[in-house]
Amino acid sequence: MTAGPRPALVRADHLGRVFDVSKPWLNRVLEGEDRKLLHAVTDVSFEIAPNEVYALVGESGSGKSTIGKMIVGLLQPTAGDIAIGESPRTGRSTRLQMIFQSPFASMNPRWRVRDIIAETIADPSIDRGARAGELLEKVGLSAEDAEKFPHEFSGGQRQRIAVARALAADPDFIVCDEPTSALDVSVQAQVLNLMRDLQEELALSYLFISHDLAVVRYMADRIGVLYLGRLVEDAPRDALFAEPLHPYTRMLLEAAPRLDAFGREAPPPQGEIPDPIDPPSGCAFHPRCPLANRRCKTEAPRTLALENRCVACHAVEEGRSA
Amino acid sequence: MKLGFVRMPAIELDPLQQRRWENFKSNKRGYWSFWIFLVLFVLSLFAEVIANDKPLVVSYDGSFLSPVFVSYPETRFGGDFETEADYTDPFVQELIEEKGGWMIWPLVPWSHDTINYEAATLPAPPSADNWLGTDDRGRDLLALIIYGFRISVTFGLIVTAVSTVVGVLAGAAQGYFGGWVDLFFQRIVEIWSSTPTLYVIMIISAVLTPNFWILMGLVSLFSWTGLVGVVRAEFLRARNFEYVQAARALGVSNWKIMVRHLLPNAMVATLTMLPFVLTATISLLATLDFLGFGLSDNYPSLGEIGLQGKNNLQAPWLGLTAFFTFAVMLSLLVFVFEAVRDAFDPRKTFN
Repeated sequence: MTAGPRPALVRADHLGRVFDVSKPWLNRVLEGEDRKLLHAVTDVSFEIAPNEVYALVGESGSGKSTIGKMIVGLLQPTAGDIAIGESPRTGRSTRLQMIFQSPFASMNPRWRVRDIIAETIADPSIDRGARAGELLEKVGLSAEDAEKFPHEFSGGQRQRIAVARALAADPDFIVCDEPTSALDVSVQAQVLNLMRDLQEELALSYLFISHDLAVVRYMADRIGVLYLGRLVEDAPRDALFAEPLHPYTRMLLEAAPRLDAFGREAPPPQGEIPDPIDPPSGCAFHPRCPLANRRCKTEAPRTLALENRCVACHAVEEGRSA
Repeated sequence: MKLGFVRMPAIELDPLQQRRWENFKSNKRGYWSFWIFLVLFVLSLFAEVIANDKPLVVSYDGSFLSPVFVSYPETRFGGDFETEADYTDPFVQELIEEKGGWMIWPLVPWSHDTINYEAATLPAPPSADNWLGTDDRGRDLLALIIYGFRISVTFGLIVTAVSTVVGVLAGAAQGYFGGWVDLFFQRIVEIWSSTPTLYVIMIISAVLTPNFWILMGLVSLFSWTGLVGVVRAEFLRARNFEYVQAARALGVSNWKIMVRHLLPNAMVATLTMLPFVLTATISLLATLDFLGFGLSDNYPSLGEIGLQGKNNLQAPWLGLTAFFTFAVMLSLLVFVFEAVRDAFDPRKTFN
C-alpha cells in the first residue's frame, strides 16, 4: 500500500478473519458434511496516518465491522497482523477507543452518565465527576447531565455521550462503527460535525466504518472499499469520488442518492452480495460485474498499486475499464 | 424507610431499589414474616441470657456477680469445690441466701445441656418446671429449641453465603469466558452435582465425628453447584450485550466488566435461587441429625428432637415441638423470600 510521508499510526497487514460456522463435530460425521468456514475478512491491508480519517465502506456483510472489532481487539485476527504505532497490538488498550452503532444498546442503562463516561479512567487522582462534566461540555452537552441516566437522552445526545466516553481515556485513535446510522438525518449532521471538530482539535485518527457514501465523503481523508471481505479499492477521497476505478466502487457511487439528481432514474445495483461461506470463484465480484470476462471467473485479482491508490481488478489492469 | 447510605461505585439506592423496597413492604405476609424471623433469630443469638442454668445476676455479700458471663468456683460462695458453682444445687443456693444474697434467673432456667434430675419419668411431659417437657435425657425442650434454632439458622446462613460466593464465582467465570472453559467446567459441575450428597456426607461423618465447622464444610462442598447454572446463564446472555462489548472495546478489564456490568444482571436470578439453598441446607442438617450422622450429641439439634419424637410416640410433645419449630422456621423463610423475589420481579406491579 501507499507509504505516507509520516509513519502510520495503525497498520493492518494482510488481515484475515475466518469464522467457523460448521455444525457440531458429531453432526458433521453423521451427515457427512464438511466444515463450513465463513471468510469474513481476507487479506486486507491498509495504513492510517496520524490525524487521518480512514473510512471503510461496503455493503452489509462485507466485513467492515469485523475489521473494526479486530482493530480494537474484540476479535482476534486469524491471519495477518495489526500494529499500533511501532508495536504490534497486544490485548485491548485504552489508547484505542470505539464508538458503536447503536447509542441505545451501548450504554449500561443502570449507570449514570458520569459513570459511563468515566469508566475508562483508571487513574484515581483524576476527579471523575469533573472530568465527565468537562467532556460533556466538550461534546456540546451540559455538565449537569452527568447525573442523569442514559434513557433521559435522545439518540443524538446519547451518541455525543458515546463520543465523550471514547475521549475520556485520551485516545489517539477511535474506531467509529457506523456511528450515525441509527440517527435521524438532521442529528447525523450535528454528530458528524462534532466528530470532525474534535478530530481536528485533538489531532485524532479515526477508522470510520459506514455504508453511507455521503457521510464518508464528508468525513474521510482516505477511503477503502470492501467487497466480500476484500479491499477492492483504496484511494484518497477526492480521487475516489472523481475517478472511481473499480467497477464495484462505480456501482456504489451510481447507486448513492444525490440531491442534484432528484427524480433521476438511477440504475439499481445489479444482484446481491454473495454468500461469504461459498464465495464465487476468481474475483468475488464477477457475477455482478459488467466488465467480467473469463479471467475474472477463474483468477482472483492482485492488488495493483497505482500512484496514490490501489485497486484489485483485472479490468483495470488490462485497461478494459475506461 | 431510607437506605440511602449504600454507595457502590456505580449502583446506589436509585429509584429502582426504592421501588423494590416499597414492593417488598407491600407484601404484608412477607414483610411481617421478615420482622418476626429477624426478632426470633436475634433473640436466639442471645440464647445464653434467655435460657441458661446460671443466674443472670447474683448478689452475694454485697457484690454483684454475673455467672452467665463469668465462671465462679463454688469456693467463691464459701463452698467446698474448686469447680464452677452449680447454682441449681440447693446447697449453693443456701450458701448465697445465708449471706443475704439473691439471684435473678433467665426466663428459661435451663441450658440446652442441663439435665432435670427431678423428673419422675423421661421424657418428662410439659410442666411448670419444663414448659415444653424434656427429652429422653431430661434436657429442657424449650432450651433445646432456642439453641437448636440458632444452630440451624446460623448453619443455613453460613452455608448459603459460602455456596453463593463460590457458585457465583464459578458461574461467572464459566459464563463470561464461555467456550472450552465453559464446556469443561460444566461437565465437572454436572458430575459433582450428581453425587449422592447425603451418602457422601454420611460416610465421611461416620469416620470424622463432625463438629459444626466440619459439617459446614462438607455441606458447602456440595451445595455451591445449585447457583452455578443460574449465574452462568445470566452471564452467557449478558456478555453479548452491546454495552458489555463496548466496555471491552474501551479497554476495561475483564474483572471490572464482570463485577460492574454483569453481576448486577445476575443478582435477581441469584436472589431467586437463594431461599432454595437456605431451606435445603436447614433441612439437610435436620435430616443428618435425624439419621444420627449430623452434629455430635453435645450440640442442641432440632433433627435429634424429631428422632426422639419418633422413638417416643408416648411423648407426643417431642414430635410436635420439632414439627412446629421446623414448620414455623421454614414457612417464615419461604414467605420472606417469596416477597423478596416478587419485589425484584420487574413485571409485577404493586400499588
